[in-house]
Amino acid sequence: MTTTALPASPPRPQVRRRPRAPRARLAGIALRTPYWVLTGALALVFVFPLIWAGVASVAPQPGSSQVDGWGLGNYATLMEYQAGLPQYLLNSTLVSGMTVLFTLVSSVLGGYAFSRFKFPGRDVLFLLTLAILMVPYATLLIPLYVMLNAIGLQNTLVGLALVLTVFQLPFATFMMRISFDAVPRELDEAALVDGCSSFRALRTVLLPAVKPGIITVGLFAFLAAWNDFVAPLILISDSTKIPLPLAVANLRAQVMGIVDYGATEAGVVVMALPCVVLFLLLQRHYVRGFMSGALKG
Amino acid sequence: MPAKTSTRPPTRPAVVAVARRRALHGWAYAAPTALLVVGLFVLPVLLVGQMSLSDWPLLAGNQGINAPQNYVDALTHRFFWDSVVFTLKYTVIATVLLIGLGLGLALLVQESSRWSAVLRTSILVPSALGLASASLLFYALYSPQVGPLSPLLQRLGLADGPVSFLGTPESALWSTVFLVVWRFAGFYMLLLMVGLQGIPHDVIEAARMDGANRWQTFVSVTLPLLRPSLALCTVLCVTGSLLAFDQFYILTKGGPDNSTLTVVQLIYNVAFQGQNDLGVAAALSIVVLVVLVVVNVAQMRAMRAGQED
Repeated sequence: MTTTALPASPPRPQVRRRPRAPRARLAGIALRTPYWVLTGALALVFVFPLIWAGVASVAPQPGSSQVDGWGLGNYATLMEYQAGLPQYLLNSTLVSGMTVLFTLVSSVLGGYAFSRFKFPGRDVLFLLTLAILMVPYATLLIPLYVMLNAIGLQNTLVGLALVLTVFQLPFATFMMRISFDAVPRELDEAALVDGCSSFRALRTVLLPAVKPGIITVGLFAFLAAWNDFVAPLILISDSTKIPLPLAVANLRAQVMGIVDYGATEAGVVVMALPCVVLFLLLQRHYVRGFMSGALKG
Repeated sequence: MPAKTSTRPPTRPAVVAVARRRALHGWAYAAPTALLVVGLFVLPVLLVGQMSLSDWPLLAGNQGINAPQNYVDALTHRFFWDSVVFTLKYTVIATVLLIGLGLGLALLVQESSRWSAVLRTSILVPSALGLASASLLFYALYSPQVGPLSPLLQRLGLADGPVSFLGTPESALWSTVFLVVWRFAGFYMLLLMVGLQGIPHDVIEAARMDGANRWQTFVSVTLPLLRPSLALCTVLCVTGSLLAFDQFYILTKGGPDNSTLTVVQLIYNVAFQGQNDLGVAAALSIVVLVVLVVVNVAQMRAMRAGQED
């Protein structure tokens, strides 16, 4: 009865053998016990810090806002901290939303152009977009800081979102291009012959077909923007406009050098929760992103 | 349907006109990408070059050319060589550990059973977190006041007194490495798993038929065939580690005694913390940029050469 629940293959996964004789199977179960213990412990190492952060954020702790008994004292501190958690959440949401929007608009249109149209400069532009990967992000932030200042976008969430979008473009454009390439040309050519404009063909025929690619690109753009730390650190100096990771990092340095670990844990939970939930919901799309990345190599 | 397109045989000028209109549409669709790439990538790259040759204080702006003073200042900065050595050391440790562990994990979880799927998901979950969130989480986890690790090690008899995870240069480095491995192991596991799945099963079967044992098969069949994936992982890991910033900025602030200062942190400090010299910071950026482009090109060459064999 238990055998049906057991994985059929032996511990070394690169070997795929047929089910063995009954005696061998018994030996297999005995051999697999250390495997389960080992892999179970491994899984625990990866999951434990996350669970600990969740538990510790509501557990009683000296030196935090939740000294005795379980409760949400640390989250209350976070609500009150400087501009307040709602403001920081709003900033993070706005930046992530704009980054996802800009990335999707530019990569869907760009992917369509690269996949379906021939125009002078096409290959140069595509290579230039991929070349963004070669140039270290952090080293471009200094000229970007000067440039955003020059055009009046310093200290704005729009400027930050535009910068984050540019660093999403290599992956996003590549992903959308191969998504469009995978759709048979006959599909949109038929629409064009029927008198559709190229934009209408994109909207009604192609967009539904490349939806998985769009979800993957959007997910990666969201995770990158929601979690980014360096770009706002350099580009945003107004403390009411900083996104969540920066606010929680600043929180540690407050209160005369004494670190409020409770509030830090609560902040980590607030930052991590949307990412973990999105990841668990969209794991398939997340993995697809890697597949295309590996194809490229 | 190809028959449809040939229903009206077009004349030559009409074909040219259609092609020109298609090209125009193509440019229109590519315009947002072009604007972003030129405005926020090409121009900044040119500007960082100009800045590296100019006297450029943070607040006063461009004060004219002073080449090559910024490069001299950058290379003789008192923390420059220390940060280079530390960054390289960190890169080697992180790359070896992450790729070794990633490969081990990929082999461990690649079978398609429910338990493997659970394992994969647990190992992957940390990679959904931002590096900054993960660093803050480990900052609390490592803390002597509230962290559970130090009491745990003491109870297990592995430590005599409270463990200081970030107190000495060595422990700060290894604590950060542990955090990075925790955060990124799933990422490399996934990339290498995709590579492993790309290896045709009959090749491995054939090696086994020829009497190769598991280890021989792994070393002389699987590893060589996995070379493109391993190369991709190495490129990503080396690049990422050479540019390490968040984890050290949050966990150690470069301390204790500037022993964990990475190159990117040095750039940040020169530009925005105290010295406020964007010219020298730009010169440092150019140095990093050139090194990275050279490293990446060299690694891709090696990868190509490996594929041609």
